[in-house]
Amino acid sequence: MTPSTRDRTTGWLMVFPALTFVTVFSLYPAMDSFLLSLYSEFPGSERSFIGFGNYAELFRDPVAHQAFIVTLGFVLLSTTLELLLGTGIALVIHERFKGRGWTRAAVLIPWAIPTVVAAQMWRFLLNDQYGAVNAILFGDQVDAYVPWLADPWMAFGAIVLADVWKTSSFAGLLILAGLQVIPDETYDAARIDGATAWQRFWHITFPLLKPALLTALLFRTIDAFRAFDLVFVMTQGGPGDATQVIQFYGYKTLFTEGRVGYGTTISVTVFVALAILSLFYVRTVGSKLLQREPA
Amino acid sequence: MTKPLRPALLGGILLAVLGSLCPFLWFVLTSFKSQIQVEAIPPTWWPDGSLGFYTSALIEHRLLHYIRNSVIVAGATTVIALVVATPAAYALARLRMAGKAWILGGLLCVAMFPHIVIAGPVWQILERLGGLNTHWGLVLPYVSLTLPLAVWILTTFFQELPFELEEAARIDGCTAWQALYRILLPLAAPGLFTTAILTLVFAWNEFFFALLILTDPGRQTLPVGIALFQGEFIMPWGEIAAASVIATLPLIVIVLLFQRGIISGLSAGAVKG
Repeated sequence: MTPSTRDRTTGWLMVFPALTFVTVFSLYPAMDSFLLSLYSEFPGSERSFIGFGNYAELFRDPVAHQAFIVTLGFVLLSTTLELLLGTGIALVIHERFKGRGWTRAAVLIPWAIPTVVAAQMWRFLLNDQYGAVNAILFGDQVDAYVPWLADPWMAFGAIVLADVWKTSSFAGLLILAGLQVIPDETYDAARIDGATAWQRFWHITFPLLKPALLTALLFRTIDAFRAFDLVFVMTQGGPGDATQVIQFYGYKTLFTEGRVGYGTTISVTVFVALAILSLFYVRTVGSKLLQREPA
Repeated sequence: MTKPLRPALLGGILLAVLGSLCPFLWFVLTSFKSQIQVEAIPPTWWPDGSLGFYTSALIEHRLLHYIRNSVIVAGATTVIALVVATPAAYALARLRMAGKAWILGGLLCVAMFPHIVIAGPVWQILERLGGLNTHWGLVLPYVSLTLPLAVWILTTFFQELPFELEEAARIDGCTAWQALYRILLPLAAPGLFTTAILTLVFAWNEFFFALLILTDPGRQTLPVGIALFQGEFIMPWGEIAAASVIATLPLIVIVLLFQRGIISGLSAGAVKG
């Protein structure tokens, strides 16, 4: 064997365990879900092939429509806020100042906190009797206390708030990485010409930051699509179906009601929507890493 | 000498730090209150320093079991993920082989799968293997879920190391495995460490799969315990707060110690490339 063919064998050997894991526990399950979605299967009933019947049902299911709308609203609102706040955070922790390390650590803490803990925390902060939010807004006027999580719109806002608090710093880190590759000299000429801070940001930083913003946007979008923990702990999808995001609806259908066929149909539909996004992501951002490999 | 802070920057720093910390600080304060204080309307701000909720959470709510389960699952996930991801990342960064772009791109796609789409079949696989309600039954999907990010980060780290060192060794007759373990691995230690921390944080915090796979309270991890916390008559907010502080404490220590590594690791492969 020549060294290069030996390398090729070794290479595949080195990659093999990782690929096996991913194939067995991610790729195969995803394909299996697609197959399962073509069958009708209830607890206690025989499995029967119904083609795209489940998809037809999904198309008519008002609860599913509502779940898709809630998810879409959640994704749009939370990612927008997270990018705005994330940019702010990134600009702050990119500056050089005394105590920057501590500031960065403090900002990272919401990212590190388990989502379940963040959810319980916000649920308690927004509690109608003992919550800090009511105490700050209304003080001693106990009659004015608002049961935030009992109102459909407020509950939706609460889920968004908790998600924004938890993940803005992650978006900020991705944007920070974008800021760090902009050379300082880029700003010198503008500064000599007397550009204001806002002009420097808008005309220099922002255009150069676009790839980082796109990355953060896609990461956050993909993650927001699979929001589950916050909803499970804070609202259980309620009140009514006001905060029932699609992953929670899929979970209920699949695991609480045991409707395997319909549950997987919901999940596959989410999957297809996200797959289109992922492809877009790999083509625009992912190709950069590959360009750096040795010839 | 550092320049005095501009007011805008100072405001930004204060906003970012206070916004990040205050909500959780309220939970920390709550955990040191007494039951009477927690139920006060309007709420009291300052706790009387009672440790009652901690003893109640640890003893009556058997928090130690959950901690032990979380340590086992997160520890095993981290070790296995690193052992599997390191050679893969080395091969993808350093060896000549066909299909690298496909593998890296494919891993990225897999990382973006909505968890609900794999949950049902993963549950069925584990049921067949007898992995439901076992720790290894949770570790296997966790490894699979963390591998894509681990491979990507490590690939970026390996690509940044100089090629000359390795080339010299290879010419002297080192195999790829020897080059990896004797030369690159010590150099890539910071990268491995960062990857380990990110994997650990993921496994420590994950809730969705843990909820599905572990239904026996004796086996459940901390996030499941905290999400399903129930009192006999009322919501045990004090105990929930105490349990939350305990679950979060190791993460805060990690962030304070390794802030630099975490930031570079999270951004590696995302924008730096």
